[in-house]
Formats: sequence, structure tokens, C-alpha cells
Amino acid sequence: MAFTQEQLVEGLAEIVNEIAGIPVEDVQLDKSFTDDLDVDSLSMVEVVVAAEERFDVKIPDEDVKNLKTVGDAVDYILKHQA
Amino acid sequence: MSSTNRTVVVTGIGATTPLGGDSASTWEGLLAGRSGVKPLEGERFAELPVQIAAAAAVDPGDVLPRPLARKLDRSAQFALIAAREAWADAGYTAPAGEDAGVAPERLGSVIASGIGGVTTLLDQYDVLKEKGVRRVSPHTVPMLMPNGPSANVGLEVNARAGVHTPVSACASGAEAIGYAIEMIRSGRADVVVAGGTEAAIHPLPIAAFANMMAMSKNNDEPTKASRPYDTGRDGFVLGEGAGVVILESEEHAKARGARIYCEALGQGLSADSHHIAQPEPSGRGIASALQHLLDTTDLKPSEVVHLNAHATSTPQGDVAEIKALRKVFGDDLDHVAVSATKSMTGHLLGGAGGIETVATVLALHHRLAPPTINVDELDPEVDADIVRGEPRPLPQGTIAAVNNSFGFGGHNVVLAFRTV
Repeated sequence: MAFTQEQLVEGLAEIVNEIAGIPVEDVQLDKSFTDDLDVDSLSMVEVVVAAEERFDVKIPDEDVKNLKTVGDAVDYILKHQA
Repeated sequence: MSSTNRTVVVTGIGATTPLGGDSASTWEGLLAGRSGVKPLEGERFAELPVQIAAAAAVDPGDVLPRPLARKLDRSAQFALIAAREAWADAGYTAPAGEDAGVAPERLGSVIASGIGGVTTLLDQYDVLKEKGVRRVSPHTVPMLMPNGPSANVGLEVNARAGVHTPVSACASGAEAIGYAIEMIRSGRADVVVAGGTEAAIHPLPIAAFANMMAMSKNNDEPTKASRPYDTGRDGFVLGEGAGVVILESEEHAKARGARIYCEALGQGLSADSHHIAQPEPSGRGIASALQHLLDTTDLKPSEVVHLNAHATSTPQGDVAEIKALRKVFGDDLDHVAVSATKSMTGHLLGGAGGIETVATVLALHHRLAPPTINVDELDPEVDADIVRGEPRPLPQGTIAAVNNSFGFGGHNVVLAFRTV
């Protein structure tokens, strides 16, 4: 099944909350993982792996560096989901 | 002010141990003669010949926020908790720089462990086998590296003079404190957060130590299993936790009006060069370390009234240590109240030198030597005054205490402290 933008934001918010402890309501489309959500480069790998599993999508390492904001990740998954 | 051979003092202590989640509750447990040894619960321990350990009284996951805890090996979690307590106890309220009491460039961190992030390594190998490559945590390397606890504590307090991790098995914690004393004495730092940590309660290390015939198999009576100096001793009991002290040059401590627990006189070091894991039976190497301590500090055997012994409850090691003490101290050993606190905490490996330094500092501070429990029948070869049953008051006036730690590999580290 395809996930909606709303479902993706909600899911990413839960993942970021689990990994970085940021309240789910603070995880918004315009937020930067590094600057706003306390997700460093190592934790970003965890976010990506959790997102792959949850949304049944593959995010190759070379694409991860382009995912600066929550919106970037949502757009990427919307475009690439099965 | 000379930048070398400066006097070093202890201004803060912190611990999380099998007896309590901080130094106060640990000290209370030591004075009460309480054992921290419990049965190991869970199916993964069911096949082991040893089914007891001294697990931490307070789980670090209940203390640290989860986003932080999940990036730290359990040994680093313990170290951070103990270091935070010690840092606050020394009167610091924020990281160096932010707290103007110490400059980051004059602050060091020296925390050691015997075997590093062994549970992280083993757990992540399970993940690799069961869930695949992609699921191996990107935090694995910083978590398993033995310098992880020291580095994480250094980050916490903003230490920039140097972050170090001397590794010498069960002498690691003591070697870290000795290294820290030298860092201050030589002028490289004014303040150092120093200590030892360990978290190795996992079936693999337990199976390995048990197969070396190093561990007690008294599964039926966990609280009686660790029994240094008793004729029935049959090996050590594995413990976990951390002990950390804040060491500071005396002039730095006095300038900021800090409370001073005692002076950290220095260390004595040697190596057995005898066997990779067996203690040298005559205590030759231990005696060399004690002699080195006397040669390189102004400690006088006549002022030593307390010893926190290494005494892990192994048949050979406990006796070799006492032989060495008798050889170096002679009749002066008669006025030394000897405590083997591993009878209560179990053996924290690289953490031992940390928590036992905290115990030694508190013994001088309160002038009270904790008891050694489970000495039902004193080994006749133990020719020393072992504190049994009740805590023993220590004399008034200037008094000193020694803390011994020895490690597989033949490492001998002895530390000395004296009231000011």
C-alpha cells in the first residue's frame, strides 16, 4: 500500500522521537534533522533504517545525504515507495 | 608556583555499584556489610556453571534519558552517572568553561574499563546474524571502543587537556586514577575526572572466566559466594558499575574554595612478568609496586592505617597480596585495618579500582574502615588484621590508606591517599 504524506510525517515523528527524544509534535516538514531535531549523522542512519522498514522502501546510502529535512524524506519516500 | 610535583587532592566522588545508585548508598551498604550478589535470572544464563553476579543496584536505563542511553554502552552509562555525581559533588554546576571554576584546556578525563563495550559487541553480533547487516547499529563502534566511557565523560564536562584510557584488565580503574594524578602533578591539567567502569554481565564473559576456574560456583548461596580470606573461598563473583573521583591540584581546589576529601599521594606500579593470568605466588610483583609507591611519594608506612585490598576471593591471589604487604610494611602492617570490599560488591574488573578508590576516600573521610563479610574461618596464611563483622573506627590525626588493584597480564597498581 502507498502511504500518504500525513502518514509519513506521523511515522517519521515516531521514529525521531524514539531515536532522538524529540516530541512528535515538533517533527514538521520544514525541520532539519541535524539542526532542529538533534539527529547526528550516525543517528540519521538509524532513522533511515527504521523508515525503510516501516514504509517498505529502499533508501541507498548515497541518497541519504540529500535528506536534510523531514520534508525531503517525505518527498523521497512518496516518490520511491512500492 | 611550580608546574611539576604539585600536590593533588580529591574534591569529588561518585559511584553506581551493586550496593547502590550513588556513593552515599554504596557507602551505607558497605558499612552495613550487605552483599550485592544475586542469582542471574533469565534463560540465557541457564546453562552456565556460574549463575550468580553482583548486578548494579540501580539500572542505568532508569537514570539516563533513553535517547542518550541507547547510544552508550552500559559501561559508558555507568561511567557517566558516576562522573555526573562526582562533578556535582566537587561543586561544579556546569561543563568546564560554562562553569568558570575550571577552563576546558585545564580539564582531563581518564576513565578506564577492563574489557570495554563487550555486551554491545556481542549483542550487535546477534543482530547481524539474526536481522542482517543493515540493522547493525551505526553507534556500535563508539559504543564498544574501550575509550568510549572516557570520551563520553570528557564530552559531558568539556575536557580538552586530554582524554585517556589505560587498559590493564582488573587494574584499569586504578591505573586511570594513577595516570590522572600524574597528569595534574606534571602540570598538564588542573582537574581530572578519573575512575573505572565495567559492564560485562553476559553469558560469554561469564563462561570464559568460569572456564579459567577463576569464578565462585557457589550458586546456592549467592550472598556468601564472595569470601576473600576465608578458607572456603573458591573464586571471584562478577560485579558491574563505576566509581569516579575528581582529582585537582591543591592550589586550584583551594583557590575556588572547594571541599577537600584527602590528598592523592600517588601510585606504585610494577609488572609480574610471570604468567598471563596466574598471580605470582610469592607476591614479588605486588611488593615491587608497594616499594615503588614508598620510593616515589612521601608516604610513611607508620601512617598507613587502612588498606582496601585487591582480594578477589581466589585461593592464590588473596594470600600473595598479604605476603607482599608483610614483606614491604613489616610490623607496620599490624596497624593496618584491611578491608576486602569485593566481599560485598563482587569484582567489578576495570571498575574495581574506581569504586574501591571511592571507598578508600570515604574511609579516610569518615575515619571508618568497612568490614569484610563472609570470613567465617580466616585462612591461617592471612597474616594481617582483617576487619570482620563491624566497621572499624580509624585513628585521629594524619592517617593514610592504600588501595591495591592487580590485573590479568601481571599488572600491579597501588594508590595512596592521606588526610589533609
